[in-house]
Formats: sequence, structure tokens, C-alpha cells
Amino acid sequence: MLLIDCPWCGKRDETEFSYGGEAHIARPTDTDKLSDEAWADYVFLRSNPKGVHRERWFHVHGCRQWFNVARNTVSHEILAVYKMGERPALPGDKPARKKAPARRKAPAKKKKEP
Amino acid sequence: MSGQPYRLAEGGRIDRSKPLRFTFNGAAYEGYAGDTLASALLANGVHLVGRSFKYHRPRGILSAGPEEPNALVQLETGAHTQPNIRATQIELYAGLLANSVNAWPSVGFDVGAVNSLFGHFFPAGFYYKTFMWPAGGWKLYEKMIRRAAGLGKAPTQADPDRYERMNAHCDVLVVGGGPAGLAAALAAGKTGARVMLLESDAELGGSLLGRPGEINGKPALDWIAATQKSLAGMDDVRILTRTNVTGYFDHNFLIACESVTDHLGPAGSEPHLPRLRLWRIRAKQVVLATGAFERAIGFKNNDRPGVMLAGAVGSYLHRYGVKPGESAVVFTNNDSAYATAAALARAGVTVTAVDSRNEAGPLADDAHDAGVNILSGHIVAEAGGSRRVGSVGIVPMDGGRPRTIACDLVAMSGGWNPAVHLFSQAQGRLRWDEGHACFVPDKPAQATRVAGAANSAFALEAALTEGYAAGTAAAKDAGIAKSSRKPKLTASADEAAPLAPLWSVPAEDGAAAERKHFLDFQNDVTVADVRLAAREGYRSVEHLKRYTTLGMGTDQGKLANISGLALLADQLDKPIEQVGTTTFRPPFTPLSFGAMGGRDRGDFMDPARRTPMHQWHTENGAVFEDVGQWKRPFYYPHDGEGKDEAVARECLSARNALGVLDATTLGKIDLQGPDVSEFLNRVYTNAWSKLEIGRCRYGIMLDENGMVMDDGVTSRLGEHHYLMTTTTGNAARVLTWLENWLQTEWPELKVYANSVTEQYATASICGPQARALMEEITEGVDLSADAFPFMSWQPMTVAGIPARVYRISFTGELSYEINVPASYGMALWTALMTAGAKHGITPYGTETMHVLRAEKGYIIVGQDTDGTVTPQDLGMDWIVSKKKDFLGRRSFTRPDTSRVDRKQLVGLLTEDPRAVLPEGGQIVAERKSSPPMDMIGHVTSSYWSAALDRSIALALIRGGRERMSEQVHIPLLKGGTLTATVTGTVFYDKEGARLHG
Repeated sequence: MLLIDCPWCGKRDETEFSYGGEAHIARPTDTDKLSDEAWADYVFLRSNPKGVHRERWFHVHGCRQWFNVARNTVSHEILAVYKMGERPALPGDKPARKKAPARRKAPAKKKKEP
Repeated sequence: MSGQPYRLAEGGRIDRSKPLRFTFNGAAYEGYAGDTLASALLANGVHLVGRSFKYHRPRGILSAGPEEPNALVQLETGAHTQPNIRATQIELYAGLLANSVNAWPSVGFDVGAVNSLFGHFFPAGFYYKTFMWPAGGWKLYEKMIRRAAGLGKAPTQADPDRYERMNAHCDVLVVGGGPAGLAAALAAGKTGARVMLLESDAELGGSLLGRPGEINGKPALDWIAATQKSLAGMDDVRILTRTNVTGYFDHNFLIACESVTDHLGPAGSEPHLPRLRLWRIRAKQVVLATGAFERAIGFKNNDRPGVMLAGAVGSYLHRYGVKPGESAVVFTNNDSAYATAAALARAGVTVTAVDSRNEAGPLADDAHDAGVNILSGHIVAEAGGSRRVGSVGIVPMDGGRPRTIACDLVAMSGGWNPAVHLFSQAQGRLRWDEGHACFVPDKPAQATRVAGAANSAFALEAALTEGYAAGTAAAKDAGIAKSSRKPKLTASADEAAPLAPLWSVPAEDGAAAERKHFLDFQNDVTVADVRLAAREGYRSVEHLKRYTTLGMGTDQGKLANISGLALLADQLDKPIEQVGTTTFRPPFTPLSFGAMGGRDRGDFMDPARRTPMHQWHTENGAVFEDVGQWKRPFYYPHDGEGKDEAVARECLSARNALGVLDATTLGKIDLQGPDVSEFLNRVYTNAWSKLEIGRCRYGIMLDENGMVMDDGVTSRLGEHHYLMTTTTGNAARVLTWLENWLQTEWPELKVYANSVTEQYATASICGPQARALMEEITEGVDLSADAFPFMSWQPMTVAGIPARVYRISFTGELSYEINVPASYGMALWTALMTAGAKHGITPYGTETMHVLRAEKGYIIVGQDTDGTVTPQDLGMDWIVSKKKDFLGRRSFTRPDTSRVDRKQLVGLLTEDPRAVLPEGGQIVAERKSSPPMDMIGHVTSSYWSAALDRSIALALIRGGRERMSEQVHIPLLKGGTLTATVTGTVFYDKEGARLHG
């Protein structure tokens, strides 16, 4: 069971939190101009990396605040916990992947990332 | 009473002043306090304790610990019964009652043993190969196989015991109270660190309880007692014995199960104490000193009762003062078994040591001095005897004439496997240690250290030194600044000659004999099975495991796994480290469901939420229904009424006179801030900016996939103040949804969302007499439809109570939803009942509410929708704004969402008006004589409508709105088919005159 360092409450057991999926996916603004593929990418597709994953957590049985966690999906080591709107650099950060150009394009335009 | 013929005259850690009587397989025996069931049985000369799983071969006690595969018993009877408990871990108590789990009608005569005669018909993968035909036959075969091969029986009565859970935090958690663990706890404790030391046994000491040894020139047991005393004197050290660590999870979270009264038996249970206590421990640092398990060696009939692990034999001699036989053969490939050989000889047993090696270390010299006859360079090829070993056949390693030695005990040692289970559960990596021929911990994945035999430091002094160093380092890494000086820790030298790997002896007649070389005793997996699996292409150890069932018993292969994979490697001609191990998963030893559940059972399973009017409902005979955690009145039967009669009466009262519903449970979310209108525009499909203060509006909420997620009425209380209602079961989810968007996507919106569900009690009155009642219990309020129209709200005093009254309706009748502070809920309710009496006020429950709303075609999210339904599918295009963006909107134009043949909500009227369709019933357009038929939808809601004197139903049907007036068919589970006509969804008061009245 993970021990998560909530930015507001400190270290608490995972059972107090709920998982919110991949972080840093901004909702597209002008949705009418999006292709079906780009919209489907935003709604359905998430990355599933082996290694560092930036993800959202919600302290549902605590302060009820959403925040971000950078977690290694192999070791479950938590490398960083940070508030919405922040995005600290992490060692080993790679430049945005170019492998699937169609996929990340639309949401990559960080609109008003909180 | 036999008088324990195999009990030594003296020695052991048992209390001879406390004899205990117990019953095993119907016979009465006596043992002593301090015995295990296994040691007490051996003291009475009982070796045969069960039958094997597949072949029903006679089996005896093999080990003295948690790795025991054979001696599984059904402990006690009735509600207290526990299946598959290891006799080697059951502490003896007065009156203990145990039976073998896998023998019928008795261990001595087992009808299943006939399987044994046909052993060559039951090779690896037998089930997969044989019982797969005909298709579907497995259902029948499985039942028969399980009956023949079953282990113990689960209790059928409710568990009378209490359990509890405890959370704990510590700086250093030491698992294992043997020499290494004690040294680690001592080192960490001296620094002032918060230390927990967990030991599964009743006593600290680990392996030292079962073998001789000296520490600092004195008996090792003295050092243990002294260490225990110093630890007990440290304020921040907690020692838990009889505590099994069963799981090691992420971020140093461990689960341990402590026996509080379990070891005392049913009679020892105390009402104020739990039987088991589950510890949930978060440790900054963990030291694993879990010891090692001895390995068996494969030889023909190595599963005969009386064939035991050498270390276990030593343990029975030293710890329990039991001599497991009169004449013994010790079969080994390493030095450790010589300690047992010497101890046996000194206890008066005739001992022959058979060593596969030509060279042995000093322990062999000691054994020789004790009178052990040593045969170097020999192996045991087979064991004789049936229900007890009677002899062994031995041959020189380099070939030659076999000869037979009579014996009633074989003590074998194939070397030792460090107990790396917890280390591996914690995702630590293992390394193959060539010298000791075993897997050892390599790189930990968490803040974990391993010390002692668990780290292949088998020599006592090395274990102590490693343990102390690990404890010191763990305290330091836990942030404890103080350090302690290492005390003197020297131990009797037990220098050893190297072990020579020997997993299974070579078989003279090849594969045939290897069918009796047992590896996994519990699951009857033999050396021949492993070789066969390898030949058939099972190259991965995980596949080998599933194909042969190696290691899949209740012991999870503690004894057999490493030997099995070593033999697989041999067969594949690969190095062992390339074959690898199977995954180690929790629990390390079986964990009782009772302990896992703790107090969370019965009423404590889930919190029950009750409205302020609950007491009235109870006193007036309401039948309750669980809606989420809420207890809601389902219906209120009068004398002699069943559910249908009560609901019909309640429905007619609401339609013709006056009904009242406790609607407190509806989710209520208070929204405040200047941007609430804009926020509602984004989360609801319709527009909110122009909603006037004092007005209410119905909204539908979608997920980003465009599917209906929730619905409810939101009212504008003030310029910057709204009250949103949600469905009862969805309230928490909707609040979380709103917070998610507000915090992560639209932080610029100034909106606060807060649940006020519990702050207000709500009574909803409806029916033609509703206005008359309201006039009587309010003063100076114009309640006319012009002054207080449908879909508006007003603050007013109702029955003397400050209230918000909403003219909203879920029944289609003239309705007032009266909200008062929760503490006034009961006062409001009783006032309504009193004043409403002359109008025939009738309380109604959720079932009547469902009927009334269905008559009007109002949906229930989660009943008429299922996460695949859009507002358009529901025929609610009118609520979808074309002028603004909102969550889910873009999905409407996705190809799948814009399909014309999507399932759409329609009404159904059965041909026979008395027939009520089953909810969930599948709908077909074309009736065929037998399945399969093309299903075009399903019934979502179906009721008897008292107002219409016929049945009604709602259904989701593919292209439903194109099928108006068409006939569809609903095949019934019980046989037969109902026919219905597709209609619109509104059955009652289609013009809505009553609603607006």
C-alpha cells in the first residue's frame, strides 16, 4: 500500500486517496474543430509507461484536494508530489515522445493547465 | 493412555508438570504444555497423519514448521472448526480435537489409495489432458475430482470469534526472532529507535531452540533469555510472538497476524479479546531475519511416514524431548544434518549417516564420536515400508551393490533455502548462490535488509554479526542519530565443508522410479512429472507450476519449489538462475478471513445512514431498502398486506389524495460563488445563465463520452448561490466530479461546492390535496399556481419551522418538497402526518415512488441508463443546448454516438395487461422456437400501475423510436414469451395538467 505525501495533509495511506489517472492532460478548448481521432485520444487514450508516470490523486477521505504524483510504475517509488498547476522537472525527463504523432497532439497544447 | 513412549526422559522446553490430553483421529493421547500437536503425536509414536492429495499415499510429519506439506488437520468441530491447519504449528492445549483432512474413511485404510495403484495414469497435466472431453463435461468431472481430492472442510456455521485490526508505525521492523533477528532488534533498540520484533513462534530463539549452540562461551539459550530481557526493558521496543508476517507490500507496509487466544483453543477464548489480531504496520526500515527452510531429497518412496527433514528431527529432540524413531538413517549432502545425527545417537538411537559427498566437516567428526556410523559417498536410493518407513536401500555414488538398512526414521537434508518470500514479495531481486546452491536476496526494492540464514549466513556467529549490523544500519537510515557499540558476539565455530547439490538421486530404472521421487508432497508432484513437463515444452517455471501443480498447495511450495526448478533446469540443461523462480505472493502462510475482516462484519460491515425521520418509519412498520448506505422505507404494509397490495394502495393515495415521501437521502450540493452559472453551463447539457433567483431547473450531467451520468434539479437560491440535487446513490460521485473539474481544469472559476445532504431533512408531499395541506400549515403565503408555480421555490415557515419549499415533482402530481434543517426533520414529519390525516395522507416508500415516476416516464439514472446511454437515446434532445460547450458534447458527433440504430428508451405495454414484464428481460423482434434469437434490447423498468389498472414498462430497444406501435417479444426464463407493444414513455397524464395544477 502506497504511502502518499499529500501536499496539504502529509503522509497518509493509499486507502485515503482515489486515483485520477494520467496527469497533465488539458481539456481541449475548441472541441468543434477537433477531429474525431483527436477527441477520442483525449477521452479514451492514456499512456501506460514502464517507469515514471505523472498521475493525479485525490485525497477523497481527507482534505478533498487533487494533486499530482510522479510515480515509478515498476518500483512504485514516488519521485515527486506537487500541486495542480505545477510541473517540476524530474531526473530522466525525456522530451515529449514523438512516437505517435497523432495521439498526443491535441491535448499537448497546454491551454490553461492549472 | 500410552504414556508417550517416544518422549525422552529429560530435556526439551516442554513443561512436564502440565500434561494435556487431546484427541487425534478419534484416539485419545497425552502431551505436555509446550508441545505442538506434531511433537505430541510423535511422542506417542504417531507418524501416519494423513493421505496425499492425488494418490492418497500415507503421509507423516515431515517438518517442524510452517513449511509442513503433510500434517494438515481439521482442528476442532462446529463453528470453531478450521481446515488445513499445520500440526507443526498448532500449540497443544487441553482437550484439543483434530482430524486428518484428506483421508476417508480413515488414514489407515483409505479407499482413494486405489489412485496410487494407477499412478502412471495420473501424470503431469493429467486433468488438462483427460477431462477436457466432451466440452462441458468438466463441470461434472470437476465435482467428482474435488470430492476425491479435497482438503479440509470450511466451517458452515457463523464464526463465533472476534477479530480486530491494529495499525502500527515503527522505525525498524524486525521479522524473525532467531539469532539474527534478536541481534538486529538489540542493535536498533539500543539507539532508541521504535522497534517492532515479530516472531511467528510462541518463543523467541528461532533455530537455536532446536539445535545446540554456544554464544560468548555459554549456551545459546542463555543469550536469548538475556537479550529478550534487555529488549523488554527498552520503552520503544515491542515484541510480538505468535505473530506471522504474511505480506510485505509497497512502501514498507506489512501485514502480520497475531494469535491472541487462538493457540488456547475454543475454551481459551475470552469475550473481551480477539482470537486473532491483524497488524498493519508501516515501517521506515525493515530487517528480514526469516531463517531458512531445509530441502528434501528426491528418492524412491521418500514420502513414507518416518521420512523427515533432518533439522526437524533435531528440533523434536532438542525442543520437545521427543525421539522420532529408534533406529535412524540420516541422508545428507551437507554438514548441517550431522548435528542431528549426533543428537540422535546421544539420545540412544542407532544412527547411520549416508552422505552423498566424500568429504565432511568437523560436525561429522563429532557425530562419529557420538557413535554415528558414517557412509561417505553413498546415497539412499529408496525407502521400504508402507505406512511407516521400515528400511532404506543405499548404494555407493559411484555404483556398486545396493544394500538394505533397517530403520524406522530417515532424517534427510538436501541443503537449505533462505526464506526469501517476504523479500521477494517486496519486489527484491534474487541471486543464485553457487556455494550454498540456493537463491539469496540480492538487490532490495524497498528499505529492506536481510540478515542471517535468510541471507545464507548459516553459521551462528555470521548470523549474529549480520543481524547486529543490519539493526544498526536500519536505525541509522530511519534517522536515529544515536549509535551503539557492537557488543561481543562470538559463537561456537561451525565451520562446514561445502555442500554438494543433490535434488534427487539418480534412478537406476530411470523414469519409472522417478514417479515415486516426490518433490511436492502435498500435491503429489514427482521428479518424473517435472521431467515430463519439460519434455512437453513447459520451459517457463510459471508454466511448469501450473501444469504440474508444483507448489500450488496450502504450503505454496515452501519445500518443493526450488528443487522443482533445479530439476527443470537440469532437464532443460540450463543454469538454474536462468530458469528463475515463480513469483512469491502474499500470504506467506494462510491468513484467516476472520482476521482480514476484523470488526467489519454484521452491522459494522458498512455504515448505515438513517434520516431524522427513521424512527417514525420503523414504528410505523416500514420495510426498508438499502440505497447506497441509506436505509430508505421501501413500502409501509398495513396488516395483512403484501408488497404489491401496499404499493398499489400507496400509489392510489398519492394520485387521488395525498402522499408523503421521506426524500432526505437525495444528494444535495450547495454551490456558491460568482461563477456558479458558468460552471453549471459546463457540467450540465442545458443553459443556466438566465435562471432567475427563486426558480428551479432540471439538468442532466454527462461524462466526456457523452453518456448520462446523473440528473437532478438545481435551484437558484441567490445571485451567487445554488442548490444542486443528485440521485441518492450518486451524491458522493457527483461532488467528486465537480471538485475534479473545479480544481484541475477550471481553477479560474470561483465556485465552492459542499455537500449538505445531511444538513437538511426533506419531506415531499404530492397529490390533489397537497395544496390544501400546505395552506393549513403555512401562514400568509400565496400558494396559488400563479404566485408559486411549478419549478420554483420559496422560503417560508412550515408548521412553525423555517423551510425552503420547492415545487418540484418526481411523481407528476402537484408537489411540494419541504426542506428543513435536519434536526427539525421529525417535527416536520409528525406535523405533516397530523395535519394531513383528514386529507388521507399516506406515507409511501421508494417502490411507490418508482411506480409513480415510471407512469410519467421519468428516468432513474442507473436503472433506465447504464453508462452507454445519451440524452438523445432517452428522447431528451430538448435538454441539450446547441449554443454552448459542455462536458461530453463533442462526443455526440462521434460515429458511434451518432448511429441511428442506437438503443433508445421507449415504453412497452404488454398484450396481456395483467402480465408484468421482468426487469432485465431481453427483447426480441422475432420470436423463434429456441435460442439463439436476435436480442434488440432489454426491459429497464417494469411495474404494475394501480392508477392505470394495468402493467407498464420502460425499455431500451435498438432503433426503438422507429418501432412505435410494433410488437416485440420477451422470452421468459421460466419458459414462454410475453408480447408487448412499443409506445411512448409517458403513460399517465400526458399533458402534465396535474403537475402544473
